[in-house]
Amino acid sequence: MHVRHLSLVDFRSYAVAELPLAPGVTTIMGLNGQGKTNLVEALGYVATLGSHRVATDQPLVRFGASQAVIRAVVVRHDRETLIELEITPGKANRAKIARSTVSRTRDVLGTLRTVLFAPEDLALVKGDPAGRRAFLDDLLVARQPRWAGVRQDYDRILKQRNALLKQSAAALRGAGGGAGGGPRGRSSGQRHQAEPDSSQASALHTLDVWNTHLADVGSQLLYARLRLLRDLTPLLAAAYEEVSASQATTTATYRASLSEPLSAAIAAGAVPEVEQVRAGLLDAFEEHRRAEVERGVSLVGPHRDDVQLALGPLPAKGYASHGEAWSLALGLKLAAYQLLRRDLGDDPVLVLDDVFAELDTERRERLAALVSDCEQVLVTAAVGADVPDRLRARGVTYMVTLGEVTRVD
Amino acid sequence: MYEGIVQDLIDELGRLPGIGPKSAQRIAFHLVQTDPADVARLSQILADVKDKIRFCDLCGNVAEAPRCRICGDSRRDSSAICVVEEPKDVAAVERTREFRGLYHVLGGAISPMDGIGPEDLRIRELLSRLADGGVTEVIIATDPNISGEATATYLTRTLAPLGLRVTRLASGLPVGVTWNTLMR
Ligand SMILES: Nc1ncnc2c1ncn2[C@@H]1O[C@H](COP(=O)(O)OP(=O)(O)O)[C@@H](O)[C@H]1O
Ligand SMILES: [Mg+2]
Repeated sequence: MHVRHLSLVDFRSYAVAELPLAPGVTTIMGLNGQGKTNLVEALGYVATLGSHRVATDQPLVRFGASQAVIRAVVVRHDRETLIELEITPGKANRAKIARSTVSRTRDVLGTLRTVLFAPEDLALVKGDPAGRRAFLDDLLVARQPRWAGVRQDYDRILKQRNALLKQSAAALRGAGGGAGGGPRGRSSGQRHQAEPDSSQASALHTLDVWNTHLADVGSQLLYARLRLLRDLTPLLAAAYEEVSASQATTTATYRASLSEPLSAAIAAGAVPEVEQVRAGLLDAFEEHRRAEVERGVSLVGPHRDDVQLALGPLPAKGYASHGEAWSLALGLKLAAYQLLRRDLGDDPVLVLDDVFAELDTERRERLAALVSDCEQVLVTAAVGADVPDRLRARGVTYMVTLGEVTRVD
Repeated sequence: MYEGIVQDLIDELGRLPGIGPKSAQRIAFHLVQTDPADVARLSQILADVKDKIRFCDLCGNVAEAPRCRICGDSRRDSSAICVVEEPKDVAAVERTREFRGLYHVLGGAISPMDGIGPEDLRIRELLSRLADGGVTEVIIATDPNISGEATATYLTRTLAPLGLRVTRLASGLPVGVTWNTLMR
């Protein structure tokens, strides 16, 4: 697929912008702070309904304006689809597909698929687990949009459960004593409410309800991540080798916050059945209850997991050289690209934001060769010389200056 | 900001659910310009509502007497109770004309984030309605969202030992279809 046209109104630094695009390579040049990333960020928003840079919508709306509009014409198998998004912080965003308003903005997911690689992605290797979890979950959604709903449900249940843990700490702590025993069936069935310690029983009974729901949704999410990682790992190995021209083997080990032996099996690459994962989560809730109550947060579940990346025998985080870390981060993104391409039988749009400046000449050339068969690539750079000629030769170049986009030939 | 009482009116209206500052302003100025008789009628109704409307002792639905219209109707099937979150949900199920039993209004759903636990809902009252064995079927029609589902699970577990037929109805689905299929 590719994007044939992108237009913006009051998005970031742009009052208005019109950007005609075509298959091949589009290079966007401009000094730092002129608005290159803002353009590709808008494209990413159409694909994911979120920004890769900020968690809220407010900064996306041009300062002083109340609403931003992004329009993109997406072409897939010769069919054009116009997507229009109105971003209005403080209100519900609105979306149109082919000029008709959709009931949920989420329905837009799946029309455009992008894979974006930016300097921030170095955090995939060097940063916190949250970034790696988000990488997996974003990719799940890109593969199958329905995961956006599962992910959202999980977050909501988690918030409710955390609120309960915080509030009922006193009641739950008192009852946490005896081993196992299960909170079920105490006051529950009685036709007359139990009187004295009913707050304990009730808090436990309620926690048990949230455990069930968190395990239901959490097991689906965890299972999906494991399957995704299994599909991704060989593609990562291939991509890393191509980018770095090194023989070092890459491994991506899922570190689940579950109890043993399930955790160890998962770390060894096994993908248990959903039902097993669900049971594992319920066990882990039981096991960690005292600690969870003391700290007032949920300590187990997919929101606490991590993916440990390694090169050869050494963990990448803390050990990889700067160049290796770059290659690995790039490898992850290229693997995601290959996976989507294989799944969809169609190329996602590849965005390389300001990355050539970070790579040495050899890596630049290898990357240019790697992306040469992609349907559409958007490249941004501050210095033209950083982008290999063979890439720029494949398409048009735009110059961005102070929020104005002009074509250079 | 407007002169004293107009601003007071806007503030009060703005407190109502679903009415933002702009709507509040529009309604306020509409009222200011409306025929005094119309405004008098509205204010009389507002006063009456609080005077006359109460909650049914049995099911918790809005009523004008100790018993609501449905609980007082001897033709309704008293062996089935449909549990809903709010009085508006009773109205929604009634519109389908598929259910002939009685209702039980919980007054909300479990939501720790909003400080609402099971003890804040009318669950105790439900249990005492079920105590005499006259009810054989409970249909849980809480909302199909996170809180509604948690409430349904809580109720299902709480009711399990009573040996009733307990079913879950998602009220967000096209109601007619769901009722027909679930009620057989
Ligand atoms: N909401 C906004 N309103 C106005 N200007 C903005 C907004 N958000 C970012 N900018 C401006 O956009 C510029 C950054 O653009 P960016 O695309 O990140 O630059 P680069 O060309 O280096 O990629 C900054 O100068 C910033 O002030
Ligand atoms: Mg930039």
